Amino acid sequence: MQFSGGMRKKLRLGGDQRKASYPHSLQFYLEPPSENISLIEFESLAIDRVKLLKAVENLGVSYVKGIEPYQSKLENEIRRLKFSFRESLEDEYEPRRKDHISHFILRLAYCQSEDLRRWFIQQEMDLLRFRFSILPKDKIRNFLKDSHLQFEAISDDEKSLREQEILASSPSLCGSKLDLDSESVYKIPFADALDLFRGRKVYLEGGFAYVPLRDIVAIVLNEFRAKLSKALALSTKSFPPCMRQLHKALRENHHLRHGGRMQYGLFLKGIGLTLEQALQFWKQEFIRGKMDPDKFDKGYSYNIRHSFGKEGKRTDYTPFSCLKIILTNPPGQGDYHGCPFRHSDPELLKQKLQSYKISPTGINQILDLVKGTHYQVACQKYFEMIHNVDDCGFSLNHPNQFFFESQRILNGSKDIRKESIQPETPQPKPSVQKTKDASSALAYLNSSLEMDMEGLEDYFSE
Amino acid sequence: MATFDPAELPELLKLYYRRLFPYAQYYRWLNYGGVIKNYFQHREFSFTLKDDIYIRYQSFSNQRDLEKEMQKMNPYKIDIGAVYSHRPNQHNTVKLGAFQAQEKELVFDIDMTDYDDVRRCCSSADICSKCWTLMTMAIRIIDRALKEDFGFKHRLWVYSGRRGVHCWVCDESVRKLSSAVRSGIVEYLSLVKGGQDVKKKVHLSEKIHPFVSKSINIIKKYFEEYALVDQDILENKETWDKILALVPETIHEKLQQNFQKHHNSLQRWECLKKAISSQDIKNDKCGHWLELEIMLQYCFPRLDINVSKGINHLLKSPFSVHPKTGRISVPIDLQKVDQFDPFTVPTISSVCHELDAVSTNDEEKEGNEAESDIKHRTRDYKKTSLAPYIKVFEQFLENLDKSRKGELLKKSDLQKDF
Repeated sequence: MQFSGGMRKKLRLGGDQRKASYPHSLQFYLEPPSENISLIEFESLAIDRVKLLKAVENLGVSYVKGIEPYQSKLENEIRRLKFSFRESLEDEYEPRRKDHISHFILRLAYCQSEDLRRWFIQQEMDLLRFRFSILPKDKIRNFLKDSHLQFEAISDDEKSLREQEILASSPSLCGSKLDLDSESVYKIPFADALDLFRGRKVYLEGGFAYVPLRDIVAIVLNEFRAKLSKALALSTKSFPPCMRQLHKALRENHHLRHGGRMQYGLFLKGIGLTLEQALQFWKQEFIRGKMDPDKFDKGYSYNIRHSFGKEGKRTDYTPFSCLKIILTNPPGQGDYHGCPFRHSDPELLKQKLQSYKISPTGINQILDLVKGTHYQVACQKYFEMIHNVDDCGFSLNHPNQFFFESQRILNGSKDIRKESIQPETPQPKPSVQKTKDASSALAYLNSSLEMDMEGLEDYFSE
Repeated sequence: MATFDPAELPELLKLYYRRLFPYAQYYRWLNYGGVIKNYFQHREFSFTLKDDIYIRYQSFSNQRDLEKEMQKMNPYKIDIGAVYSHRPNQHNTVKLGAFQAQEKELVFDIDMTDYDDVRRCCSSADICSKCWTLMTMAIRIIDRALKEDFGFKHRLWVYSGRRGVHCWVCDESVRKLSSAVRSGIVEYLSLVKGGQDVKKKVHLSEKIHPFVSKSINIIKKYFEEYALVDQDILENKETWDKILALVPETIHEKLQQNFQKHHNSLQRWECLKKAISSQDIKNDKCGHWLELEIMLQYCFPRLDINVSKGINHLLKSPFSVHPKTGRISVPIDLQKVDQFDPFTVPTISSVCHELDAVSTNDEEKEGNEAESDIKHRTRDYKKTSLAPYIKVFEQFLENLDKSRKGELLKKSDLQKDF
């Protein structure tokens, strides 16, 4: 079964076309958003979604999922925060758009560490499960079809041949012939139905699982989780350490303090201060040839320049280069910005590198470079260790460059892997391609989210 | 048949590795048609040498290299591991974290020791014809599921050399399966749960999954002769008390009385069935399920999940010799699984003995000692009891080849369409 991202939705504003861009009340977030939003909207979308996910978490802890009162309470929360959840008569475009964009913003924020990722995935899955549970049957079929999930429904003849077996296998079917008559049955490769077949909850024949529609949810959720975690893991490797620091800020802020008061301040600061770096990353990751980079600069960056005044006088709003980050605005107590190689205490830096699983030799080399004030070279060394290459192949002077080069390596090795065996473990050392061609580089980035990369286990064991 | 003396192993193995071990077929297997570069070269083998010296991360460049090394080291035991990202014998030169197990056959190990709680004739490493039926049933049940439910085509069953059997599933897609899916497969195939402290190890749900019902149909073919005659599970109070522990207490007394009145397990089993299906039992589910649960607890296969789930797990190689019994790990002919008798499996001493007899004759007839080793060997094993087992292996290899050709044709056809 494949998620194919082949469906490219162009965002056109206006009437029926708006409906066409988000035809369903729920989505798999296969395609990143490609429009301009202002910084203020960026922040408010992110906050609202964090609130929503916190609510999902709390409700999941206090009530049994899937039944009342969980169902209506969660529905209220979603309504309150104006996210999409149900097909209704009103124009659902805004809530669905909000849903779409906020999800991708939070991917940025929550990819940074294992526990953040786990939390994010868990809540997103619970949210999706809820939305799926209230979807009417005919809408399910359409949604699956539109999402390009390649489930093959079997013919009635094939169904009746296996009727007894399917009824005897599926706990959710009550066992009467009538139950099965109206229900579609899908034939999927057994390995895609792991959670079903391991507990003998599905009929297996010739390597295929014969899954009734009502059991498809489990599989869909699994696929969602796998894809999401791969996407998150990909982002994390491509973040320079100055961005990875974000996680600390988030960790301290995404837990509800006693009394329920959430501190979004630091969260915002964490996203906001490195916002320009984040925005550049977003621009590169999300544009995918849909939008003219100039347009993005004019539209988006324009907003940033003018909203950024609250951080003090900044006349130059080009995203910070390494030199700028190293030399200006050093972080104080409780700050999370700056360059870790320049601004972190060497002991703390060592610990951090250990937590990123850098080898002791590598750590020593990095610390030596730091001692010699070669911060950017130290960062390059970090790059080489993370990506398992001997020579990073570039001279680092900008966090976005780090990301860009990282994506090239991770995407470039796709071709090498095509004919060889598929590992469930980290990549063998790939060759670093040194193309300077912008359009081909963009092409690499275009496929970043669809990459079939390291396995699930790998990143949960990081 | 010459009796096996472990002290003779070094000499016997020398002869075995020089004249009898089927290197060509073995290489043909693990090379998998040479379709993937370095597949054989990246395979890990481990050797156990004399005095229990164990060496891992052995790997070889080609068949000749394998042969030379095996003849040089004379291993007592050979294990096969995973195909790695690099040559295992160079793993120390690889950057930390980069040396990874990538593919391996899906394997199963069924060990008679795991049935000690339900077999009366033997315990631990011992086996006999009375309990061997457990292996026969296990092979039939597991193989059916692997073939029909999972669609696996290339399954090699091998006698372990002492008290069990192994299965190697070699389909291309199967070798790539993740650890999670392998675990899932073992879970699907498992029904008997619980250790020594658990009395009732099988619990069936209301609905019986087709896998379970098909397995039960297989067990039913063997149950009477195996359990009621050979194992005699209701022979006396000591044995039938164990069965009573699996049924509700409400009928214990009645059954005790009835059992006394009957003379053998067959009659008592009928008794039991009647009692279970009667109206006496109100609370626990009864009737059909209970009877099946007992049969399953006594007969259903018991798998070791750890053997199957790990991609880097090492398992005894086919055609390896068992150092304690001397028996050779031979492939089992699925067409004749009911007739398979572990006690007639050739030992290394018997085949070497046969070889000596043959060679003497040959040399007397032809007086030609200048033949190449390979030609020699091809004739050699054919004149020993090893021959039929190598034939089974060759059939397995033929099937692999056919499949591979079929896949290649399909791929080239798809390309031709453009």
